[in-house]
Amino acid sequence: MTSLTGSRPTYRPPAPLGGRPRRRSAQDKRDRTALLFLAPALIVLGVFVAWPMVSALRLSFTDASGFGVENWVGFDNYARIFADADILSALFNTVWYLVLFTPPAVAVALGLALAVNNPRLPFRSFFRTAFFVPFIVSLAVSAFAWGYLLDPNVGLLNYWLSSIGIRIGNPLQDPNLAMPVVALVAVWKSFGFYFVIFLAGLQDVPASLYEAARVDGAGPWARFRNVTLPMLSNTLAFVMIFAMIAALQAFDQIYVMTGGGPFGSTQTIVMEIYESGFRRLELGFASALSYVLLAATLLLSIVQFVFFGRRERDLT
Amino acid sequence: MTALAPTRVGALARGPRPRLKPTTAFAFIGLLAAVALVLLPIASIVFTAFKPTGEVNAFPPTLLPEQWTFANVERITTELPFARLILNSVIFAGGVTAFALVFDSLAAYALARIDFRGRTVLLIVIIASLMIPFQATLIPVYQVVADLGWVNTYAGLIAPRAADAFGIFFLRQFFLALPRDIDNAARIDGASEFRIFRSIVIPNAIPALMTLGIFTFVNNWNDLLWPLVFTTQREMGTLTSGLTLLTGPGGIIPYGVMMAGSLIAILPLLVAFLIVQRTFIESIATTGVKG
Repeated sequence: MTSLTGSRPTYRPPAPLGGRPRRRSAQDKRDRTALLFLAPALIVLGVFVAWPMVSALRLSFTDASGFGVENWVGFDNYARIFADADILSALFNTVWYLVLFTPPAVAVALGLALAVNNPRLPFRSFFRTAFFVPFIVSLAVSAFAWGYLLDPNVGLLNYWLSSIGIRIGNPLQDPNLAMPVVALVAVWKSFGFYFVIFLAGLQDVPASLYEAARVDGAGPWARFRNVTLPMLSNTLAFVMIFAMIAALQAFDQIYVMTGGGPFGSTQTIVMEIYESGFRRLELGFASALSYVLLAATLLLSIVQFVFFGRRERDLT
Repeated sequence: MTALAPTRVGALARGPRPRLKPTTAFAFIGLLAAVALVLLPIASIVFTAFKPTGEVNAFPPTLLPEQWTFANVERITTELPFARLILNSVIFAGGVTAFALVFDSLAAYALARIDFRGRTVLLIVIIASLMIPFQATLIPVYQVVADLGWVNTYAGLIAPRAADAFGIFFLRQFFLALPRDIDNAARIDGASEFRIFRSIVIPNAIPALMTLGIFTFVNNWNDLLWPLVFTTQREMGTLTSGLTLLTGPGGIIPYGVMMAGSLIAILPLLVAFLIVQRTFIESIATTGVKG
């Protein structure tokens, strides 16, 4: 990750004989050219990312509602987030969703990648493609499909489960099961992406390390623990960050399947942002919530980078 | 930057394939079962879309229809302004993709190939902005679009995504890895940076542009939140956001019709994906991870 901003030396024209002043003007020319190349993207990112960030921060200290006067309310919106039981429960639910989503998604992806990475396995390309397919299905459509499969009356999966003695009733109406189900839908949709990234990471583990481990008498678990896992730590960091950040943003399938219910048990931060910002028009409060989401996202990224960055340095 | 060299995940085989061991055979069967489970929801969309309502509601449920029907497909086209929603999805996802590819590649070229002052700082800012979730700026972005008078217009739908930090970073990584002998030669011959960009770098970056293009198209085609909050008129929604109207309050609709709509929503992406899957998966795998 340290090479993220590193770059190869770029071409510099040989210094002309004129000396300093002309070199400076060549630099000025490059700066102007670069600006022209950058301008369209910077305008878009400035107007639709940077400015909204500032604007949301300002809004989060007001009682803006889209109409009438906006009053400065200081930290009231932030205080309300941590005082309102519904909002606290949405924060808790988001963390619960993250826990239900991230480890299974990462574990399934890693397990399947290890299995498909076996060079003796026939039809490896087929497996790789098949496991990736759900990734291109939208979460909304995934939610329709899973909602149907788990329907208590006509759902195929619900019927199959009950015929082997597992009765789940109507899981989307069950406050204990609704969240695991919406997390399952996201695991199904996303694991293929992580799987492909793990598969690529595994290609970069030198075969000689496995041979050396085998010569030393390491069994499959020891090889996984002492060779694969350390060599994959960077990839693992990337995938975990990706998965956790995706988890913080849970919305689509929840909106489709449960609308946040039953009894608010699947209400998440982004559902709250949507409802407070676009249904109840509490723009100030919704902006404060947005900043909580942003802070959580940044925190996760930083923790992960620091933790896995150190692991990698230890190894090399 | 070696990550961007074509590490072929597709060329999975490492040396000659020895005889099948029992553990491998076992893994193979397990993986087949996993594929069946993973593809079950998609199979169920496809088959239910062509099931008569009576069969959809029959108990015990079955995967395959006994009788195939087009009634669901016909009904979904009357439930929603369906042709319009498809058109909107194409314009939205296609428009975002076209703009983002042009703007991102221009910016990425400057970051990868022009030695301008402040480049490292700008790059760090762009990488940092990768961490800003779209959901966090949803409200002010909506307000900016409203202030521009673009609510319920294609311009408003597309503009906020016409450039993208991830796309810039992704293409910058790819451009860095391209050899620069030719463009240095061209520069000495007096070619402008834009000429080098257009005639040398872009033609060599087609695979990366295709991958980013498909990625952007799929993400926006599938996006729910932005079209949902942005469009107040049903006629300006996308296929994905329009379909969710059917499941909402009062939107009780037979599963068969729902699945017919879902099938139409995923079919173009499935077909496109199956055509380009090898290149697409490989470049996600090799460009996403390491920089």
